[in-house]
Amino acid sequence: MTRDELKQAILGIIQDILPDENFATLNPDAKLRDQIGLDSMDFLDIVMELRKRYGVEVPETDYPQLATLNSCLDYLEPRLKKG
Amino acid sequence: MRKPSERIVITGVGLAAPNGDSLAAFRASLLHGVSGVERYTIRYFGETLAGVCHFDPLRYQKRKDLRCGTRAGSIAIYAANEAVRDARLDWAAVAKPRVGVYLGITEHGTVETEHEIYEISKYNYDIKYWSHYHNPRTVANNPAGEVTLNLGITGPHYTLGGACAAGNLGCIQGYQQLLLGEVDVALAGGVSESIQSFGIFAGFKSQGALAEHADPAKASRPFDLKRNGIVIAEGGAVFVMERLSDALARGATIVAEIAGYAVNSDATDFVLPNSERQGECIASAIARAGLEPKDIHLVNTHATGTRMGDIQECQALRRVFGPGCRDTYFNNTKSFIGHAMGAAGVLELAGNLPALQDRVVHPTINVDELDPECALPNLVLNQPAAAPRLDTILNTSFGMVGINSVLIVKRYQP
Repeated sequence: MTRDELKQAILGIIQDILPDENFATLNPDAKLRDQIGLDSMDFLDIVMELRKRYGVEVPETDYPQLATLNSCLDYLEPRLKKG
Repeated sequence: MRKPSERIVITGVGLAAPNGDSLAAFRASLLHGVSGVERYTIRYFGETLAGVCHFDPLRYQKRKDLRCGTRAGSIAIYAANEAVRDARLDWAAVAKPRVGVYLGITEHGTVETEHEIYEISKYNYDIKYWSHYHNPRTVANNPAGEVTLNLGITGPHYTLGGACAAGNLGCIQGYQQLLLGEVDVALAGGVSESIQSFGIFAGFKSQGALAEHADPAKASRPFDLKRNGIVIAEGGAVFVMERLSDALARGATIVAEIAGYAVNSDATDFVLPNSERQGECIASAIARAGLEPKDIHLVNTHATGTRMGDIQECQALRRVFGPGCRDTYFNNTKSFIGHAMGAAGVLELAGNLPALQDRVVHPTINVDELDPECALPNLVLNQPAAAPRLDTILNTSFGMVGINSVLIVKRYQP
């Protein structure tokens, strides 16, 4: 999966979790929580969907690394390649 | 005569029925013989029949709410918002800590648990795929709690588990809390999401009590000799209830006044009804309303389309409503929509409320050959009937493990 494909995959997950939100103006370097109505249960949904769709386990200690879209990509890219 | 602060009235009605998304639409279907039963397929069980609602949940919820919440919550939110609207409450000005939400449920959590188990079955039953939403979805207060989240209500909310007698229980609870002064506005009623549980269909099937018919509209046929069981339905109804003094002060339109109620237990069997206890419950409600049986003009029966249940209820009704009750008419709503479980009592009562104005009794449909054991006098069959007097309506609702509930409303008279 290329970095751009990974980006689309992550945005797809977030769009499914927050179907009422518009992601057109999302700043990839700003915290997701500050830009869209993402609560702690939604965040757990992201972790669950990464597990279900891509077999990636994100341990709780790594949750801060999923704070922005770009940090998600940085964190997930090597892990998905490994899989 | 009770003081206005001690009289409780219904000032708004919201509902989701399989054959109508509003009281007006539901009533029209009941008067024109329109069924809400359709073919329905559910996992494991396969093809069956059900009463399915078609209201638009996005009228009052966002798509994320639907993803996180439950069907019962969605039905409750729709009905509660419709009721608030119907009551013409100035919602922004209503003191939210003084609003209570009281909803009857037959069960809750069954649907959500079945769904989670199905989901993890795709992952070899590995529980790390079990949703973190499982607990907030399955707590017993969920449907009422979702209403408070949606409407910003900060007063009390809870559900009342009462099997198929639960719809009346929600209203009775609202009545009591208003009388106690615990709240100023009660959103009271009942909801059912039961058609999403394969286990409920399978349970009735194993019991030999699930209706089958080539024509879905003819499957639910209480009192008919060819009945063969229950059609399961989803749905809900919520009333706005207030003390009469408050309703008059804000110039509300009064739909009906709560006249009386009773709840009792059979203490005899898990499943089989007890005609004597049912009769005692009906008689007790009438006495507590300060009425006599002859003063009841319409009885909306519980009858579900099982032979034993229908006959037992008719025996109870005969015991209470003797030859002197010439103005008492009987009907049944399940013949149109199936059995809406926790919503049944309040939803069926709602469909009859307009009769206080138009004096028309909607029929029970699908009676081609009336079971002689169910031949009640003034049982309104297949076509609506005009009643000479219609000042009072009594609703019966009975449930498993032997719970009976009866609610009586009357036309408001100053």
